[in-house]
Amino acid sequence: MGEISLKLNGKLETRDVADNTLLVDFIREHVGLTGTHVGCDTSQCGACVIHLDGVSVKACTILAKQAEGADITTIEGLADGDELHPMQEAFHENHGLQCGFCTPGMVMSAVEMVTKNKDISEDEIREGLEGNICRCTGYHNIVQSVKAGAAKMGGKN
Amino acid sequence: MNEVTKIDGIGSSVRRTEDKKFLTGKGKYTDDINRPGQVQAYFLRSDVAHAKIKKIDIKNAQSAPGVIGVFTGDDIAADKVGGPICGWVVPCRDGSATKEPPHPLLAQGKVRFVGDAIAVVLAETAEQAKSGAELIDVDYEELSPVVDFENAGDGAQIHDEVPNNCYFDWELGDEKATADALSGAKKIVKLRVRNNRLVPNAMEPRCALAEFDNLDDSYTLHTTSQNPHLTRLVLAAFMFAIPESKLRVIAPDVGGGFGSKIYVYIEEAVCVWASKKVGRPVKWTADRTQAFLTDCHGRDHVNDVQLGLDENNKIVGLRVDTVCNLGAYLSAFSVVVPTYLHGTLLSGQYDIPAIYTNVKGMATNTVNVDAYRGAGRPEATYLLERTMETAAREVGMDPAEFRRINFIPKDAFPYQTQVALQYDIGDYEPHLDKAMEMIDYSNFEKRRAEAAKRGMYRGIGISSYIEACGLAPSAVVGALGGRVGLWESASVRVNPTGTISVFTGSHSHGQGHATTFAQIVADKLGIPMENVEVVHGDTDKTPFGMGSYGSRSLASGGSAISKAVDKIINKSKKIAAHLLEASEDDIDFKDGKFVVGGTDKEKAFGEIALAAYVPHNYPLETLEPGLEENAFYDPTNFVYPSGTHIAEVEVDPATGVVQVVDWAACDDFGNLVNPMIVEGQVHGGIAQGIGQALLEDAHYDENGQLLTASYMDYCMPRADDLPSFKVGYTTTPSTVNDLGVKGCGEAGAIASPPALINAVIDALSPLGVTDMSMPATPQKVWKAIQDSQSVAAE
Repeated sequence: MGEISLKLNGKLETRDVADNTLLVDFIREHVGLTGTHVGCDTSQCGACVIHLDGVSVKACTILAKQAEGADITTIEGLADGDELHPMQEAFHENHGLQCGFCTPGMVMSAVEMVTKNKDISEDEIREGLEGNICRCTGYHNIVQSVKAGAAKMGGKN
Repeated sequence: MNEVTKIDGIGSSVRRTEDKKFLTGKGKYTDDINRPGQVQAYFLRSDVAHAKIKKIDIKNAQSAPGVIGVFTGDDIAADKVGGPICGWVVPCRDGSATKEPPHPLLAQGKVRFVGDAIAVVLAETAEQAKSGAELIDVDYEELSPVVDFENAGDGAQIHDEVPNNCYFDWELGDEKATADALSGAKKIVKLRVRNNRLVPNAMEPRCALAEFDNLDDSYTLHTTSQNPHLTRLVLAAFMFAIPESKLRVIAPDVGGGFGSKIYVYIEEAVCVWASKKVGRPVKWTADRTQAFLTDCHGRDHVNDVQLGLDENNKIVGLRVDTVCNLGAYLSAFSVVVPTYLHGTLLSGQYDIPAIYTNVKGMATNTVNVDAYRGAGRPEATYLLERTMETAAREVGMDPAEFRRINFIPKDAFPYQTQVALQYDIGDYEPHLDKAMEMIDYSNFEKRRAEAAKRGMYRGIGISSYIEACGLAPSAVVGALGGRVGLWESASVRVNPTGTISVFTGSHSHGQGHATTFAQIVADKLGIPMENVEVVHGDTDKTPFGMGSYGSRSLASGGSAISKAVDKIINKSKKIAAHLLEASEDDIDFKDGKFVVGGTDKEKAFGEIALAAYVPHNYPLETLEPGLEENAFYDPTNFVYPSGTHIAEVEVDPATGVVQVVDWAACDDFGNLVNPMIVEGQVHGGIAQGIGQALLEDAHYDENGQLLTASYMDYCMPRADDLPSFKVGYTTTPSTVNDLGVKGCGEAGAIASPPALINAVIDALSPLGVTDMSMPATPQKVWKAIQDSQSVAAE
């Protein structure tokens, strides 16, 4: 056991957890933010993607301990109060989600991809989403959403 | 229609009202819910495929840190809790019934597949439960595993009740007429196809949270279900023998189903049982490996097809002999999927005067096989559309034209097939024509030639499918061996201020019912959509309903809502007549207003609602106050969506990689309520079909070990495996329901696999390749290319 402190959606969270606690379990079970999902056990599906110091990370793949002192944003921290993030808005406008289970990870991955590359192309979007599996949408509308989100975030494509 | 309905009524691509919670991480899936004092369950599962259990030693597990209880099949049996049941059986050719072996919740004396549950460990944490389970010692006497379902009849007997490992041997159609037709045919096209085994893989793994309230002896179960009322019925009436009123089942947000969350699984029942046993809430969440091992799989058929043609290349007869794998136990709808949801679709879109099919359902030491998106209809479409393409090639006709001359003509509806179904309406040439136009079929050879210059093989493939959905007329279901009715329910409550609460027996797990159903109500009542709330998924709130599968939610559930709204309008007219001092017959309802015909006297819908609940001026002597109506809608026939999908691919001969370069889908779903949502359903269905055709394959080795039990080994379609899709529609409104709707959820998965494989074969046809099995992996395609070249060199 050991104490872990990190910043989660702008708020300092300190918990006493077992050393082998995964970051995703710290977020879901210990802090109680359940928007970050677990869809597999091999770091393939991407439902658990969060931002750690601005970088998208699969929260099932690192220990909470490794995130000590980090600044973490989850899907719950993306909107500005009631105002959706442009990428969330784009997913809504373009029907980029159906059952919603993969959506938090998709949106978090998309935001990071577009932040790094505002003029992202369709091929780059498809390649960039390789680590996020969706079973409902066939990705067509997710790709449209990311394109539209990129435009809202200042991209030219 | 008034302006409001133009914005959000039937036919509008309204953005989904349910999106915001999912986009902000506020969805509530079962695993997001926790109860104070809950314990975690972990199931010890068999790691051998077929064995007698000589001894289970749980002693060390019982004393492990954090462990609250360890239970085995004997504990369940002592409490006389029954196992899952089969919801639909069929008669066998020899007159005997489907063989239904028992399926104990936890193994009793024998394990029958890798993943079969042997014991449950309850502990304070999931990790402690898992660690505890590792201390259970199981002594097996291993038996010979039966994995190859085609030869399962020769294998070791899996159940005492199932001789030759054959659950059923069923037939449909006229065997003699078909034999006569084939013997008189000018040409017989023969094909053997395999429909590969798939894992549904909803992204949310299954989860159950059960609690027992000892004050009133009642249970509450939160679970990942497509049909909470069916789950309640099966658990209460068949497994626990308790009144339904003592069990509340809640299926909150559910992260995809695709059929895999229809059935009651043993884990749900064990959690319910254990919650009383230990007096604490019990939670179980599958990890993905357990999902692969224990969720019902789909497909897994081998079909031998014979298609007879006359001198004009018209079909004269079709015979299909099918063997399918149903796994270790009979799951709820496992029997109906390869029989009445498969054999009845063998006429496709074609006028076939004689059809006969025989289906043998086999037991094997693999996990149960049941419905997966399309459920029987993809298998029928695959074998038929592969055969149509092969036949066209063999007689030297363009595959589109060969289909066209065999289509059921537009004026032949209603059309009675030779395999029980009567299609009410359809028009097939328009969607073939439109799909060909969408993909620029006429210029394909130019594109093939251009690709060849780049060293690539380009191919095009067609699939014209039909499906029967909107399950189902209950009397027909009953006559064919179904043990349930398949009507759907709705309760429409008008609140005193005129807002509406709709309680539906359907369940949404991605389909967008909160939006689509609200559009129907808003359109019919002429009120804004935001005034309509849709409630589903909780047996304490919603009327008894049959849930969502088989593309039935709109055709059956939406029709029930529509009927309940009609009753609301009828009652409202009576109230309006009273308030307006007019005859009920003179009241027209239009644009949300009740108007005395030919006058300017009117009452708004909201005024009627208020009068119904504040009945100060109200015909109380003839009419009850309040404004709330129920409807149970039982369809008179299936609905029959149809369409044509055309795939275009490029094959790289150096690597065998198949790239899907274009896709045109033209579907006839009847009237569309929300085209945006329909399009999303089509996209998702096509992606799953492409997954089946190119990537996915559930593979057991000869020992019954599932080799593809993770996303490292089972290839799910990713964004960069797929193209964007062109989606179009033709429309023949269904005559079966008032809304004129069909169903769109499964169509993409039904249509797409044969289109894709036909395209791959077409691409490789210059090399002499005539067959390709699913999935067309790079290795398989590359090998086909190499083999063809070595043949050419000889």
